[in-house]
Amino acid sequence: MKISMRLGFCAALLSCRCFLCAAQGKPEKTEPASVYAELEKAPAKYRAKANPLAADKDAIPAGKVLFEEHCAECHGENALGSKKAPSLRAKEVQEAPPGSLFWILTNGVVRKGMPVWSKLPEPQRWQLISFIKSLGPVESTENKTAGKP
Amino acid sequence: MNHSRFYYLYRLLLWALLPLAGASILAAQENPYMVAYDHNLEEPGNLEVEYFSVFGTQRGGPNFHAFWSEFEYGATAWWTTELYLSGQTTFGESTVFTGYRWENRVRPLKNEHWINPVLYVEFEDINGADKIMKEVEGHDVESDFLTPNAVARRERKREVELKLILSSNYKGWNFTENTLAVKNLSNEPWEFGYALGASRPLTLKGATHKCNFCLQHFIAGVEMYGGLGDRYNFGLRETSHYLAPGLAWNLPSGWTFKVEPTFGLNDNSHQFLLRWGVSYEIAGFGQKVSQLFQGKGE
Repeated sequence: MKISMRLGFCAALLSCRCFLCAAQGKPEKTEPASVYAELEKAPAKYRAKANPLAADKDAIPAGKVLFEEHCAECHGENALGSKKAPSLRAKEVQEAPPGSLFWILTNGVVRKGMPVWSKLPEPQRWQLISFIKSLGPVESTENKTAGKP
Repeated sequence: MNHSRFYYLYRLLLWALLPLAGASILAAQENPYMVAYDHNLEEPGNLEVEYFSVFGTQRGGPNFHAFWSEFEYGATAWWTTELYLSGQTTFGESTVFTGYRWENRVRPLKNEHWINPVLYVEFEDINGADKIMKEVEGHDVESDFLTPNAVARRERKREVELKLILSSNYKGWNFTENTLAVKNLSNEPWEFGYALGASRPLTLKGATHKCNFCLQHFIAGVEMYGGLGDRYNFGLRETSHYLAPGLAWNLPSGWTFKVEPTFGLNDNSHQFLLRWGVSYEIAGFGQKVSQLFQGKGE
């Protein structure tokens, strides 16, 4: 009885702490390096991957729909970034090999708040990449700081 | 707490959360599992409010309708925390609140792998009348549910439940395998159980226009789960097992509907259960709460 009461008390304390931390919406600590540095970490095997839907004319409109449903909340409606996540119109993203973007989508950057999107089937991830690449670069001074704490 | 007051509070809590939904849209991509877990966690800062029901047939006693609400919050991209409130109606008897559960799921590995482990820890404070069957463990059998509510609710169960979730995504399929160990804190032996699942969207490519009925929004699957005895009597003897095909419909508006007819696989199991549920994902919930208390806008 005593043990379970103590456990319950600890659980309540922990949940308050968890909720407060999470509600503050603070991104976890990130290195001072560019938020786009993660793209460089894609293994060569992935970087070399070509987008199998590059020639599919439906890939971009389908990617747009997927982007609005899954990505716009954090990356902004025009993919220009927000407080939560960086711009996808930055040169670093637009010039990155499609395979690197695929790797980031598949693995996320979970320690820095980017969720894993492997739950989206592969063709949908490639459709998203087709759409993101179709947007083209927009250089902005805010691009590099967006998504940083 | 009498029944009407419990219902009133329960509904009030659900409705109170709806205004926080705001205009943010984030389509969920939920698998149809009701018992098994995969390695996909809640997106950070999002709150998913869920309601689930299970209608159960009962041999030798009245059928029942058990129900629970889940409040699932993505604390980080690698940690999801969740609160459950549960109750049940046994037809011809009564409706009772059966307790709460607090669970946490953590991804220990930062990258996606062939098999992705997730660690699960849950604390339950429920009574003996609980019938949601969120998991089947130990020697849980159909006849356990024959105890009348008035008697069963007097039994208090404080349990810790540990799960190892191993899940893979491959060519649009999800395969998951959960093993669980449960310890009632009142000096009872460890009990064990399992859940297996496989699911796949009806089509893998996304549609070129927004639609509610596109096949990509439907995920079909099947799960199987059951008990594995306890520390002193490990194995399949005197355990119950279930097979459940299911379907999830993930709407682009953030709503998800799930249905899962469940069939008992042996004489110890309920012959038939029907589970269904609805959930809504509130994007950016953490940020909204933060703004509420700090008075900051975007």
